[in-house]
Amino acid sequence: MRPRSAVWLALGWVGFALLPWFAGSGTQPALAPPSPGPAGSALIDGLTNGRWWLLPVALPLLLALAVTALPGLRARQPAVLLAGGAFGLAWVAAQGFAIGLDGWAWGWLAALFGPLPLGQGGYGAGAALTALSFLFLMTNGFAGLGFMKGDRFTAGAIGLVLAAIAAFVFLPVGYVLSGAGDTGTGGFSAAALWTRLAAPDIWRLSCLTEAKSCGVVWNSVFLAVMTGIATTLLGLAFALVAVRTGFRAKKLLRVLTVLPIITPPFVISLAVILLFGRNGTVTLGLAEWFGIPVSRWIYGLPGVLLTQTLAFTPISFLVMIGVVQGIGPSLEEAAQTLRASRWVTFRTVTWPLMRPGVANAFLISFIESLADFGNPLILGGNFEVLSTKIYFAVVGAQNDPGRAAALGIILLCLCLGAFWVQRQWLGKKSYATVGGKGDNGIPSQLPRGVKIAAYATALPWAAFTFVLYGLILFGGFTENWGRNNSLTLRHYLAAFDLSWGPSGLIWSGRAWGSLFTTIEVAALSAPLTAAVGLLTAYLLVRQRFAGRGAFEFLTMLSFAIPGTVIGISYILAFNQPPIELTGTITILIICFVFRNMPVSIRAGVAAMSQIDRSLDECSLTLGAGSVQTIRRVILPLLRPAIVASLVYSFVRAITSISAVIFLVSPKYELATAYIVGRVEQGDFGLAIAYSSALIVLMSVVIALIQFAVGERRIGRRTATPVTLQEKPV
Amino acid sequence: MTSAGNWIKSAGLGLGALVALAAHPASAQGTLTVLCGVQEEWCKAIAVAFEKKTGTAVAMSRKSAGEALAQIRAESANPKTDVWWGAPGDPHLQAAEEGLTLPYESPQQADLQPWALSQHKQSQGRSVGIYAGALGFVYNVELLAKRKINAPKCWADLLRPEFKDEIQMANPNASGTAYTALATLVQVLGEDGAFDYLKKLNDNVNQYTKSGSAPSAAVARSETLVGIVFMHDGINQKINGFPVDVSAPCEGTGYEIGSVSIIKGTKNLDAAKAFYEFALSPEGQATGAETKQFQMPSNRKSATPPEAPKLEAIRLIDYNFQKYGTAEERKRLLSRWDADIKAVAK
Repeated sequence: MRPRSAVWLALGWVGFALLPWFAGSGTQPALAPPSPGPAGSALIDGLTNGRWWLLPVALPLLLALAVTALPGLRARQPAVLLAGGAFGLAWVAAQGFAIGLDGWAWGWLAALFGPLPLGQGGYGAGAALTALSFLFLMTNGFAGLGFMKGDRFTAGAIGLVLAAIAAFVFLPVGYVLSGAGDTGTGGFSAAALWTRLAAPDIWRLSCLTEAKSCGVVWNSVFLAVMTGIATTLLGLAFALVAVRTGFRAKKLLRVLTVLPIITPPFVISLAVILLFGRNGTVTLGLAEWFGIPVSRWIYGLPGVLLTQTLAFTPISFLVMIGVVQGIGPSLEEAAQTLRASRWVTFRTVTWPLMRPGVANAFLISFIESLADFGNPLILGGNFEVLSTKIYFAVVGAQNDPGRAAALGIILLCLCLGAFWVQRQWLGKKSYATVGGKGDNGIPSQLPRGVKIAAYATALPWAAFTFVLYGLILFGGFTENWGRNNSLTLRHYLAAFDLSWGPSGLIWSGRAWGSLFTTIEVAALSAPLTAAVGLLTAYLLVRQRFAGRGAFEFLTMLSFAIPGTVIGISYILAFNQPPIELTGTITILIICFVFRNMPVSIRAGVAAMSQIDRSLDECSLTLGAGSVQTIRRVILPLLRPAIVASLVYSFVRAITSISAVIFLVSPKYELATAYIVGRVEQGDFGLAIAYSSALIVLMSVVIALIQFAVGERRIGRRTATPVTLQEKPV
Repeated sequence: MTSAGNWIKSAGLGLGALVALAAHPASAQGTLTVLCGVQEEWCKAIAVAFEKKTGTAVAMSRKSAGEALAQIRAESANPKTDVWWGAPGDPHLQAAEEGLTLPYESPQQADLQPWALSQHKQSQGRSVGIYAGALGFVYNVELLAKRKINAPKCWADLLRPEFKDEIQMANPNASGTAYTALATLVQVLGEDGAFDYLKKLNDNVNQYTKSGSAPSAAVARSETLVGIVFMHDGINQKINGFPVDVSAPCEGTGYEIGSVSIIKGTKNLDAAKAFYEFALSPEGQATGAETKQFQMPSNRKSATPPEAPKLEAIRLIDYNFQKYGTAEERKRLLSRWDADIKAVAK
């Protein structure tokens, strides 16, 4: 009946009967290479090669065909589609997990049914298309039964997002977390889990009572709280200077906010070592002029705190500026009309209204700091934090993935705990001051004391950041920074040399390979991230359905999981059938899409909440469908959110490291993984040159995206800019 | 409402296309995938040399020993790499113990140094030595002269008060280099003697770094006076123009046997064997010196670079790779180190 169900049904048949069911790289000779076209499809393979377990896939397809084609059964179509789609999906998943490369994947199945002579490879194009078709048949049936107000689009979109999150967030994270109770012989025991979770080097408090180091959890939490406070205060100072004072060089502040976001990892740490290390420029200068003794204070908590504050202040600024701009001036005007002084107005009106901003800025910095991996690695010294400990539990000499999993659980709990505390603090008060009515007042000036404090905090810090970046750019051109500062192009040539060979241009520089892969991955993942994220945001803001709160929580989960955990979990989950992705570029793209999606969702939610529903309703009343409404009304108004999510996911795909360090393969190496290798070897020159090139490249791309998507045109003053949140690397 | 269908369809097709992308074979026939454990310059050089010689394309990725082992282990059900070349023999032994690598007998074995063959024997033929590097000290010549301190020559020298807060070594829980140092000390001083020594040394250590070669870089940049490292890492910094020199401890020192293994389940067995042979040949081993890497090559016919520390001039202990390579012994020593040393570290 309805064309969409018919289309999906047809595609399901195509996937089942015509496309090769398995992916290309089977390990068994019988599997590789899979027969092309219909010969390798589930139908033919199941009939001729003895893989009988593929045949039941036909059952729901036949049922669906019957209810779609036979007029007498039409009334039952939705129920049948729902049941059939669900059965089909479950069967495709179950047989994929149960039967691996060499027969039964689980021992108890072999014990039950006897050995299976035949194995199977990972899902290929046919399996993917068929599963997708089952998913949409199921959601169509669901909507057809009257759920979701009968809106098939909403049902389908929710199904798609949920299925994707299940496959690419839950499945891998489940793999790694179940490893926490691993006994080493493949079994699971609660005792092993408890031993790992309660290990004394995680929790001990001996640093308070004696001269010993504290447990790694306390280190992490202490560092994260300090970073959170520092960045929130700085972010607030910057936001006040930018919005509430006559400060002229606001453009510069803008640049300042973008810089750390487009900086590859480790670069700030390197610059800080070269300035404040024992042989650093500043250290030596202070020693010479003021006789301050040379020390190694930078290695450890102070150094990590300094670099993290440098790196995360801009994000906190972006959050704060949105909130400070959004405070409607009329409330402050009212206070002043009632004879409140500037200070009283600030204390009783402005500050309470900034609380959500303060809470969010703190929360984001807190989580960022917990998940940060690069800075503690370089500057941590003997100060250990959870993120590096997880990494070395996996790659270190102890080689204990179970321990890594246990630490991962603790880290995850800390992040979720922070979310919960934030909700409690903000409570259910209303902070909305942007209403439908015009709000044309002029923001009141800051009290003198606050103004001076803001300037005194923000300006020196801004100057410091600029000096640091100047040095970084300069460092790429020096022979051997810190030792021999004569200028050279050596490092740039080593990285980006070109030469002419007999067969034309040769990309002979060492960086080209990883650079091309990086750009390809970033360019492919950015639009996908934006699309998935904005679709989810649309569902969250514009649709009312049961379980919306839970759905929102699920989409945010991958924000709270540290990158190292994600990386390990992906390699565990996607190395063997049914979903076999390691060693491909696809795994990098998928990893980035699901890592960066929460930010795209946040940007979309923020922007969409500003657009009055009456506009949608207008469009719907005039006969447009929900898709047309999205395309003609909502999307054009979402341009800032689109820019934010495109830019963010593009940049993040270039600069993140911890999630992908296990996923890069010889064929698909990424720029950051390469740079980390150079830093490890002490080859700072090339690392800095490469990073500078990346910074320039990203600036150009950001400008291009902004140009291509364009500004939204609305007939009033520019609205609050979308806040760009960062997520753990 | 058909446009809704189109919309979902295109979203779905996008996902489908993604999965189809995955359908590309992970390791295309004819391209050899190699995990490389030495410096990146050397990785690139041997890949190019092998390609020139055999015409087989090589995809090479540098990974630290731990990362490489973690990856090989995670991929064991369905390996995506063919050869693991470089990195200390210890993790290669671990891989062999876990059955992650393939036994292989090379016709070139007659030409190899005895230590290279002992790696082969201990791994039940699953790996073989390609180079050796001794553990030693790297120190900053300029800083020592400025402070009028004699260069350290013995393990005992490192306990001298003038080195207070001036020594760096890696954390053995994170780095194979530092684990070699720990096992060496246990073999030189006995286990309790070694932990006594390490406790005293702890007063002089300013930082336990995470990477094994990081102390070399720190000494080169005058961030610290002395580092406990593999000597070839120190020599590498010297060649790069930093004011550093190296010495071997007089009480005797341990060493690593950089090894090569073929991954079990490789889909390019012939090419993997060819690479293995190339790595053992004088021609392949010459790529090290060409890229300023000064380990001792394992083929007796290979020319030893003049800069390489002469193993004959170093008092090498009879390092018991068998005992200290087992997972059990390693775990025990590392836990003791964590409890006795790390817990009191600043």
